[in-house]
Amino acid sequence: MGLEAGLRLLRRRKGRGPESVFRAGLSLSGFLPLLILLGIVAVLWRASGPARGAFGLRFFWGRVWDPVHEVFGALPFVYGTIVTSVLAVLFGVPVALGSALFVVEIAPRRVRSLLTPVLDLLAGVPSVVYGLWGMFYLVPFLSSRVEPLLRRAFGFSPLFSCTGAQFNYLAGGVILSVMILPTVASICREVFLAVPTELKEGAMALGATRWDVVRMVTFPVARGGVIGAIFLGLARALGETMAVTMVVGNRPEISACLFAPGYTAAAALANEFTEAAGDVHLASLVYLALALMFVTFLVNLIARLLVWKVTGGEERGLR
Amino acid sequence: MREGENPPLGRAIKVESLSAWFGELQALKGVSLYIEANQVTAIIGPSGCGKSTFVRCLNRMHEEVPGARVEGRVFLDGLDIYDPEVDPMEVRRVIGMVFQRPNPFPNMSIFDNVAAGLRLGGVRNRRVLEEEVEKALRMAGLWDEVKDRLHERGSLLSGGQQQRLCIARALAVKPEVLLLDEPASALDPASTLKIEDLVREMKKDLTVVIVTHNMQQAARVSDYTAFLLDGELVEYAPTKELFTRPKERRTEDYITGRFG
Amino acid sequence: MFMVAASLAAVVALAPLLWVLVVLVMKGAPSLDLDFFTKLPKPLGVEGGGMANAVVGSLMVVGLGSAIALPLGVLGGVYTREYAGVWGARAVRLVSDVLAGVPSIVLGVFVWAVVVVAMRRFSALAGGLALALVMLPTVQRSTDEVLALVPQEVREGALALGIPKWKAVLWVVVPSAAGGILSGALLAVARAAGETAPLLLTALGNRFWNLRPDRPVATLPVMIFNYAISPYEDWHRQAWAAALVLVAGVLLLTLGARWVLRRKYGGS
Repeated sequence: MGLEAGLRLLRRRKGRGPESVFRAGLSLSGFLPLLILLGIVAVLWRASGPARGAFGLRFFWGRVWDPVHEVFGALPFVYGTIVTSVLAVLFGVPVALGSALFVVEIAPRRVRSLLTPVLDLLAGVPSVVYGLWGMFYLVPFLSSRVEPLLRRAFGFSPLFSCTGAQFNYLAGGVILSVMILPTVASICREVFLAVPTELKEGAMALGATRWDVVRMVTFPVARGGVIGAIFLGLARALGETMAVTMVVGNRPEISACLFAPGYTAAAALANEFTEAAGDVHLASLVYLALALMFVTFLVNLIARLLVWKVTGGEERGLR
Repeated sequence: MREGENPPLGRAIKVESLSAWFGELQALKGVSLYIEANQVTAIIGPSGCGKSTFVRCLNRMHEEVPGARVEGRVFLDGLDIYDPEVDPMEVRRVIGMVFQRPNPFPNMSIFDNVAAGLRLGGVRNRRVLEEEVEKALRMAGLWDEVKDRLHERGSLLSGGQQQRLCIARALAVKPEVLLLDEPASALDPASTLKIEDLVREMKKDLTVVIVTHNMQQAARVSDYTAFLLDGELVEYAPTKELFTRPKERRTEDYITGRFG
Repeated sequence: MFMVAASLAAVVALAPLLWVLVVLVMKGAPSLDLDFFTKLPKPLGVEGGGMANAVVGSLMVVGLGSAIALPLGVLGGVYTREYAGVWGARAVRLVSDVLAGVPSIVLGVFVWAVVVVAMRRFSALAGGLALALVMLPTVQRSTDEVLALVPQEVREGALALGIPKWKAVLWVVVPSAAGGILSGALLAVARAAGETAPLLLTALGNRFWNLRPDRPVATLPVMIFNYAISPYEDWHRQAWAAALVLVAGVLLLTLGARWVLRRKYGGS
């Protein structure tokens, strides 16, 4: 074969079309989430225009939500969202931490390999099903068994002294804590597993008990990751909708008492959106959605940065 | 050349001051040598000396590593494969490659593995494919072992068989040069011998370049040997000469096992 | 002391989850009958009837969502792992994680503002789009992670045959990871199938049959919600039946995902 033929053989084929078409198509779908996010912000910003114009940032301080007179203040929702989410973290995190420690430090291998998929499966139970359970089992249980106890023990505090209602902040907080539990526990488990065994064994060799090891080695090393897991749980609680909607009472009021009915931002969206009559009412709900998105974004971002730092990064999926 | 008339013949490769980098790290430093057609050329040297990088530059695989860079020229007969006019894909069809770890495509059967290069190169005719697959498997000495189970997964074969499958896969696209990057280092002695027999056999049809850290292997299979050290070509000579009368002190040290 | 506390925590963690499941079976199973799958809902206050339309509606909305999100998510994942480069991939992953963190109700508001407002009506299509937004980042991320498990040698083997990169990706790399990709997709579908909040604002609901994508449609999760908050005993009963069916479906998808993965990697 001559040189000429060789040149022809190796010559760049005309039109490297398929490669660039394929690449362009792929990159379009790769950046689709970015386009969607920008789209969400733009659309919510525009659709919330009337409410932003009418109330501005004072929207979040306003205590009255009255569709009939077109007065919209989101403070009851902001307050309710924060109270239920904080309760969820307070109740859920210690249990999640404990069970993650149980799985990592105590459980025999067989129990561990059984428990993990069970928790994962249960994490897939839809929110609305938790809500159903919450309405018919959790709420009666709390109001007949737990709340009297709390009243008797802490009745002196305004937190536990009102008459309140069956469907209330406490129920919302408890159901949220159940729902964030699998998420927080599974991230904590990963973070604990990432603590080098040599460190733990080193401490054991010095005669430390298991609790000493956890206290002096596991916790300090895993601290950032655990805080990250807590923030992820918080983000999930802030945006969680159905289960809370079904047990929190849905009254746009503000009360220091945990037994009082309340409302969350997500619940307001679920309940009022399709029934909103006026333009300002709709725009106010969209404004609420925008704020909710912004806050969960911040909390998620903090969480991810913290967890990334510990587990060393991008290769680990967090959901 | 009309197809089927002559057996495919190997080509010579001339390498001119070839340098290669991974990011800031220079792995090859101005290597020049002439690889004879239809001969087996062995590249030896201690690990990290740049021998793998060297062969990966010969079929433009080096540039697939992120941050990698090449300078210098490589002529296939008279043609510079680093010419901007040249398509690296076409280069790789003419200069085939087999890797250190057997890498059959995990989703494909034995047949599909060998046919992959042809199929994805546009050959659709079932009969042609069957013929070429059989030919390649025979050349790789694997036909008798797998002819009754062509549709089993390639990844179910033994390590040595997998490596010969990879050789068959490379041969199926009818390359004129075959680069073997430590093809037997992950295999047991019996499989290694089979691969070595194969290498000696193949030079009838094409030019073979084989990287190895095993000097006995180089002595057994090759006609020429190049010794690389720290990315530089130390010595290049007919194999017999290099192993019996090395000209360079460093070569002598290496082949007598004084370092590395 | 520590051991006791941690073990107790594990028990406390499992208790409510098991409680939910036990109640679900005890209340759901007796309420489940043939009518549930074959009959339409009865008018307000009339006993009996079923949720045939919601079962079909759920399949329809989830199907629409999957048809949109799965191909796009897989392609996006392929882009991230095979083409985006180190920094590009980091950026894409971050954005995708941010999207995954947006509360699903907000996604519902978005789809409402874009699709429902434009079409001037609630629709199955809007519901499918909302679910697609829920699935997309999950599928993209899982595809990306599964592709990371394909050995580099396989990619090099393909390129060394002179196969163009796009063909190598399409016919060698992606098929090598097919089991894992499918498993990730099934998990995403399972998660989306139980989503309720975004459907409230998009698919709305319907007491009658609807197979048209441009009309409102009933779905199981929304039915559960509406029936649960109603004052009727018989509707509560049906809500439990629907919840059992929904959870069974989700569980089946999840187990299916595990099975696909096991079959793929257990054999060789």
